[in-house]
Order: sequence, then C-alpha cells, then structure tokens
Amino acid sequence: MRKGLAGQRLVAVFIAGLVLLNYPILSLFDRPQTVFGLPLLHVYLFSVWLALILVVAWIVERGAR
Amino acid sequence: MLPGWLIVGASFAYLLLLFAVAYFGDRRADAGRSVIDNPWVFSLSLAVYCTAWTYFGSVGRAASGGPWFLPTYLGPTLGLTLAWLVVLKMIRIARSYRVTSIADFVASRYGKSHLLGGLVTLIAVVGIVPYIALQLKAISSGYALLVGEHDTLFRIESQAGWWQDGTLYIALALAAFTVLFGTRHLDTTERHEGMVAAIAFESVVKLLAFLAVGIYVTYWLYDGFGDLYARASAVPELQRLLAFDGAGRLGYGGWFAHVLLAMLSIIFLPRQFQIAVVENVNEQHLRRATWVFPAYLLAINIFVIPIAIGGLLHFGSGTVDPDTFVLTLPLAHGQNALALLVFIGGLSAATGMVIVEAIALSTMVCNDLVMPMLLRSRRLDLARERDLTGLLLGIRRGAIVCLLLLGYLYFRLAGEAYALVSIGLISFAAVAQFAPVVIGGMYWRGGTREGALAGLLAGFAVWVYTLLLPSFAKSGWLDPGFLEHGVFGLGWLKPEQLFGLTGLDNISHALFWSLLANIGCYVAVSMLRVPTGPEATQGALFVDVFRRGDAPPASFWRTGAEAGELVPLVARFLGQRRTEEAFGAYARSHGLQQVSELKADPELVHFAETLLAGAIGSASARVMVSTVVQAEPLGLGEVMDILDEASQVRAYSHKLEEKSRALEAATAELRAANEQLKELDRLKDDFMSSVTHELRTPLTSIRALSEMMLDDPDIDVEDRQRFLGIIVSETVRLSRLVNQVLDMAKIESGHAEWHNTDIDLCELVRHSGDATLQLFRDRGAELHLHLPESVPTLRADHDRLLQVMLNLLSNAAKFVPTGSGRVDVTLSCDGERLRVAVKDNGPGIEPAQQPVVFEKFRQGGDERSRPQGTGLGLPISRQIVEHFGGRLWLESVPGEGATFSFELPLKSAAGEG
Repeated sequence: MRKGLAGQRLVAVFIAGLVLLNYPILSLFDRPQTVFGLPLLHVYLFSVWLALILVVAWIVERGAR
Repeated sequence: MLPGWLIVGASFAYLLLLFAVAYFGDRRADAGRSVIDNPWVFSLSLAVYCTAWTYFGSVGRAASGGPWFLPTYLGPTLGLTLAWLVVLKMIRIARSYRVTSIADFVASRYGKSHLLGGLVTLIAVVGIVPYIALQLKAISSGYALLVGEHDTLFRIESQAGWWQDGTLYIALALAAFTVLFGTRHLDTTERHEGMVAAIAFESVVKLLAFLAVGIYVTYWLYDGFGDLYARASAVPELQRLLAFDGAGRLGYGGWFAHVLLAMLSIIFLPRQFQIAVVENVNEQHLRRATWVFPAYLLAINIFVIPIAIGGLLHFGSGTVDPDTFVLTLPLAHGQNALALLVFIGGLSAATGMVIVEAIALSTMVCNDLVMPMLLRSRRLDLARERDLTGLLLGIRRGAIVCLLLLGYLYFRLAGEAYALVSIGLISFAAVAQFAPVVIGGMYWRGGTREGALAGLLAGFAVWVYTLLLPSFAKSGWLDPGFLEHGVFGLGWLKPEQLFGLTGLDNISHALFWSLLANIGCYVAVSMLRVPTGPEATQGALFVDVFRRGDAPPASFWRTGAEAGELVPLVARFLGQRRTEEAFGAYARSHGLQQVSELKADPELVHFAETLLAGAIGSASARVMVSTVVQAEPLGLGEVMDILDEASQVRAYSHKLEEKSRALEAATAELRAANEQLKELDRLKDDFMSSVTHELRTPLTSIRALSEMMLDDPDIDVEDRQRFLGIIVSETVRLSRLVNQVLDMAKIESGHAEWHNTDIDLCELVRHSGDATLQLFRDRGAELHLHLPESVPTLRADHDRLLQVMLNLLSNAAKFVPTGSGRVDVTLSCDGERLRVAVKDNGPGIEPAQQPVVFEKFRQGGDERSRPQGTGLGLPISRQIVEHFGGRLWLESVPGEGATFSFELPLKSAAGEG
C-alpha cells in the first residue's frame, strides 16, 4: 500500500487539507454569518477537520483489507 | 475550596493507579501477551502530544484569539496523513538499525557522529526543559486554586518556601515513576511497555475529564452551543472571538506558520518520536493512528470555545486568567468534585508528557552526551570494566532526576514570567530544527556530517536569537533594550524584526529565519564535498530502507575479531543473560548449536554493533566494537584487489555483450538470407507454372487440330491447309518460347555466351528500324529515327543489343493505334553513356502496372487486349542491358503513350570481356 493507490490518496488529502485550512480559502468563510446559530468560521473549520479524519479513515481502513 | 490532604491524597492515589497500570503492562509484556500490541492503544499513547499546555492553555488562547488555538491540532491532523509515508520509514529505519532516539537517528545517519548526536541532544534539552517546567507550573497552580490560596479573582497569593512546595514532591514522584518504568532494565530496543500502557491510560483520563467539564459548562451552566454563541455575539468584546482576525496581529501567514510548526512537532518532539517510532510494536498500528489520533484531538477541542466563552461571560474579560477557566468555572459554582476530576485530568496530561519526555531525553543524554565523553576520557578505562549495565542504568536514572529537577528549578525561577508561559510554541520551534536533517537524511543521499552540523547550528542559533533571548528579555532577565534597538544599536539586528522583516508574529518570524538558515546551511555545506564512505553507507541504508529488505548491509569491517571477544563486550553493556539470549538466537538462526561455534564474520560484527547501538547509541557502539575488531581500514593492496576483480568482471560482461550483439547481427543476416531463399523458391515455382501454362496453350491447339485431321480424313484440302498453317505457326511460337526460356535461364545463371565487338549504336538502331519496317507498315504506323551524326563506339554483343532494340520496337508496334500510330526512336550521348528512347503514342501504362511489365510472363494491358507475345521479351532485354552495366526503364502517362529507354555506359566491365 505504501507506494500504491492509498499512499497517493493520502498525499492528495494532505494537499487538499493544506489548501482548505489556509489562506485564501479560509478567508472566504471569515464572515459574520451563522449556521444554526453557530459562527460560519467555526463550523467550517470543524467540519473540514472532521471530513479530513473521515476520508483518511476510509482510505487506511479500506487499504487494510 | 478543598482540603489540601484530599487533593494530595487523590493525586497520589492517581499516581498509584498509574503504577498499577504500568506494572500490569510490564507483566503482560514479560508474559508475551502485550497490552500495547494494539492499534487503539498505540493511537491513544500518541495523545501524549496533548499536555497541560493543551489542557489548560487551549481555553486561554481561545479566550484571547478565537480560533487561534486550532493550528496546534490541525497541523498534526495534516501531518499524520503523511505519516504512512514518512513515519513508517522512520520506524523501519529505527527498527533495522536499533535507533533509540532522534539524536541517535541523526548521529547514525551522518556517519555515526558523536558531535551531531551531542548537538541534537543539547538542542532538545534546551528546548524541552522549560516545557517540563510549564507542566510543573500547571500542576502547582491547579493545586493552589483548589486549596483556595487565591483571592476572589483566583489570583494565587501565597508563595511558600521550596521545602513546602508540593510541586517539588510532585516532580520527585514523577522522577521516581519514570526511573521505575523507564529504566527498569536495559533493553536493546528501548521499549517500555508498561510506561506506554500508562500513557494510553492517561490519555483516556484527560479526555474524559476535559469532556466532563466541557459538557458541564455547555449544557449545565448554559443551554448548549447555540445559546453560548448567541450570548457571545451580544457582547461586543466577545464578537471578535467568533471571527478570524480576532487577534488581529497574526494574519494568515502566521496561521500557516503555526500549522506547519505543529505538523513538524508531531514527529520531531522527542516524546512523539519516542512513542511513535521507538515504542511502536507493529508498524501496522500506524495505519489506524492516522485517523484515530486526529479524532482524539478533535474530541478534546470541541468544548474549548464554549468553555472560553462561558468563562468570559461569567467572570468578564480581563479579570480571571482564562488559562484556569476549566478549574475556576466549576469552583465558582461550587462543583468541587468536578474541579477535582478536572485537576486529575490536568495532572495526567502533565505527568504523561513529563514521563515520556524524561525517558526520551535521558536516553539521548546517556547515549549521545555522557557515554561518548566517558568513552573518550582516559581515566575511566571502560574497556576493562567487567559489567557496565549498572553504570548505564545509573546514568539514565541520574539524567531523569536531573531533568526533572532542572524543570523544577526553571519553574521556581521563571514563575509567572513570559518565558514560561510562551514556551509551548517556542519549544515547537526548537524541535522543528531537526526536520531538515532528519527528512533530508531519509530522502537525500548527499547530506554530509558537516552539512547537518552547519544546518543544526545555524537553525539553533537563529532560534536562540529570535525567540529564546527575546523571551528572556520580556521576562525581565535581560535588558529589553535590544528588542527595541537591536544588538549594539544596529536596527537590522532587532531579534523580532531581523533584517527589517516586519508583518509576521514572533513565532512565524523565527520559524522562517531559522528554517531558512537551517536548510540553507545544510544543503549548501553538504554540497561542498561528496559524502565519505561511512556517510554514503549510512545514507544508502536510510534512504533505501524499504528496498534492502533484511539483508545485512555491506560492511567495511575487516574481521580481525574473535567471536569470543565480541560476546563479552556486548555483555558488559547489556548484561550476561540478555547477551547470551541474543547471541544464542543468532546462532540458532544460522544453524549452529553453540554461541562458541560462531565465526566473527562481518555479519556477526554488524549484529553485535546493532545490539550495542540499542543500548548506548550507534556512534558509541561503533567506537566500542572498534576496540575489539581491528578497525584497520582496508589497505591499498586490498582495495586494488577489489578494483581488479571488479574491472575483470566488467571486462567479461563487456565481452559477453559484444558477443551477444554479434550473434544478434548474424541471426538477422541469416533470417534475411532465409527470406530471400524463400522468395526465390516462390519465384521459381511461379516461373515453372507460368512456363508450363505458356507451353500448354500452343500444344493444346496443335493437338486439337491434329486430332481433327486424324479423325476426319474427308476434310477439305483448304481447311487442311489452314489447319496445317496454324499448326506450323504454333510450333514456331513454341520453339521461340523454348528458346527464350533457355536464353533467360542462361543469362540468369551467367552461362550465356557474349561475343563482344565494337558497335556503332547509330548503325544498330537504323538496322533495327529497317528490320521492323514491315511490322509498322502492317499496322499503318510511322517510325521516326532521331540519330546524331555520330556517337562513340561501344563494346558489347551486337546480336544481343539488336535483340533488345527489336523487342522494344516490336512492343511499340503492337501497342500503337492502328492507322495513326507513331513511334519515335531517339539516340543521345552525354559523353559517358549512350541513351536510346523508344516513344510510342499508344494507350500508355497505368502506374500500378509499370513495375509489373518487367516481370516474367507478365504482359501489360488487360487479358483481352493483350497482344501476342511470350511475356519474356522485356525481362530478357533488361537482363541484357544490366549485363553491360546499364539500365532499362519505363516512363508513361496513361493515355499519352509510353517511353521505354535504356542507357549503356561507354566503358563497362562486362564490355571488356
């Protein structure tokens, strides 16, 4: 798996995470809006974080089979 | 307010529980049923990353900067996605070469250098000791808050003497715990199963405690997330926490720098390296850790912002230190039991960090700082000592106690100073200096010892100047003037605006300059020279660790050692029993019964060195092995022998290559010849069938007419005459055909007879025109000859050339249209060759048909319009012309007639004969 598809997927997730959690994408969500009463920025940060974890979990646990 | 005895009792009860868990872990490990051989336990033990700084400080940072506490946890999440590529390689390297600390890793990579190992150890100790102090401070202030040594704003009032300070006893208890479970015995892999089990347990405790207070604040004191956020947005001072640049001063660049910093520290902090690489039991555990550990971080951070908002709402901003909200909020509401639980959680966060960090640092201090010095000093003749295991363990235990006391001392000295409070990120920036040499060492073969030294020194120096000294200055220990004006009043040397760089916060600023200096020096100095033998060997071992498999590395040791000397040497450091076990297993794996049967080949020397490396570090191990193995380098003669052998092998392989190339060429030639033969065979078959076909046609008509005359004697004389005429003409045709076939066969086989004379081609062309005149008259066609006055004579066979001319002319006569035909014959000479062109105004020949007309029995035109002829005239003519070194060819445009031309050289080899 190291050199295989899973490795490439992890690198892709890493790059995607780096882009999503930094300027300029991050600045798009720095707005005084709320989602279900929660500030957009906080919701965005935590959901991207959660999504990264879920995608990585899917990749590595799938590769384990 | 809680009674002190209760808190101290609970704390020690908790530590006892930890002892029990660790003891249980060690017992299970000894029994061969490891508790930590489990991906969940491995992932939880990685959470030693979350220290008291996380536990208390996250809320503090969220209270001042909103989302700014997050990069410290987003970085590890991103970093771990690459763990399966990077950390896996580190684990494999560490396992293969018994690397037991990050200092050993660096030292081993760059040619087993003592100096490098020492430098890394020094950087780690300088960077980490204040961090240990921070943990002690967290415990101390937590205790003070619980027992009520504070005013109404929870400011701690009393400062007792050091002998009354519970923190000292906490530090000593932690030292005892670490000594017990970190240095119980010497192990070649430096694994501490009990300790890891305890750390995983602590991770659970701190998570549960933090979640408990988070849920209490969010759902007990307030009405959930929505309620807290709604109240916060109503307070102008709190609104800034909800947006990005609540802090204002850092900007997105600073955000990126913090993410990067945390990403690097998740691998390069000594405690993380210890847990993730050294204590790793099975590299497959890393797979699950890549998502479980980030999920743990996410869980422990969900309630950070709610607690911060809740604290600020309750106390108002600027009164109570937000770092203490997790304790002061329950205390302010009289929830003493919850506060105690939270304190225990903080205690577990702090103790976990201190224990692992102390073990990792003590291994580094022992193997890379103290042992090399002892090995060098002449007074302590280590080679003579019988058993050094006690000494090794003593050094480590001493190092642990010293580290904790140093941490305590720093805590006492620094107190509330900035230098302590801000140490978390400053520590991260210190260990980030290891990244270039470690990652570079794993993927780049060109790094050298000097390059690594230069990089580390430069990075460390910039770190000291831009982060450590300013933090001292802000604590009042140094004249803060140099922050404002730079050293010696030089403005461009201002430590927080080096070279006038502004717009970055101090951490990003320092990270940028230190990594720039570090990477720049590492790469530039490495490129000054090619790596030496040991550097290149180690470089190849590290870079290609996945490709090597378990094959022992090529060694430059010459074996002048006896196995009998190696075993006692290892035993001095590892102890008699463990050494005998290790060598016994080695002997069995090589099919030998006894350790004494082992031969001291390079492989055994390497095995012994690896064993020692686990105990005393790779650099020291090499020094020790070299005391018994004659570490003489290969002599010039031997090197020449090796080179000779190598060049012979090269020469052989070169020869082989040439031979195989020659064989290939010969095969290709044979194949081509075979193809040609097959083609000729096919042509022969075609020829035979064509000839028999051509012979059969006249024969059939002769036979049919003869039979008719034989069967019917009453046939008319007229008819009889007609039949006999046909029979005669068919017989003539037959004999002409047979003659031509014979002629062709003769010319082709080279058996034809040539009677060469000097020929005037003008005369020959005129002659051929006269001979075919009747033929043209019969067709009502005109023949025009265009001949020059005279042409040079040619030496050739007159009759044969006449045959060619007659053939071309009769062909032309056959194809011109009846009545209006015209044929032009042109003779020309260009000094070297003579050319004859026969041009007709017939239908011409299709381009596809043009090459065909020169083949045997292939006549131009379609079947019906095909005139009489054998189909051998043109092939024979071409053979004749080519015999005299000339060529015969055809030019034709369909509908505009055809031109057959031939040219003959005035001088030709065949003409001379």
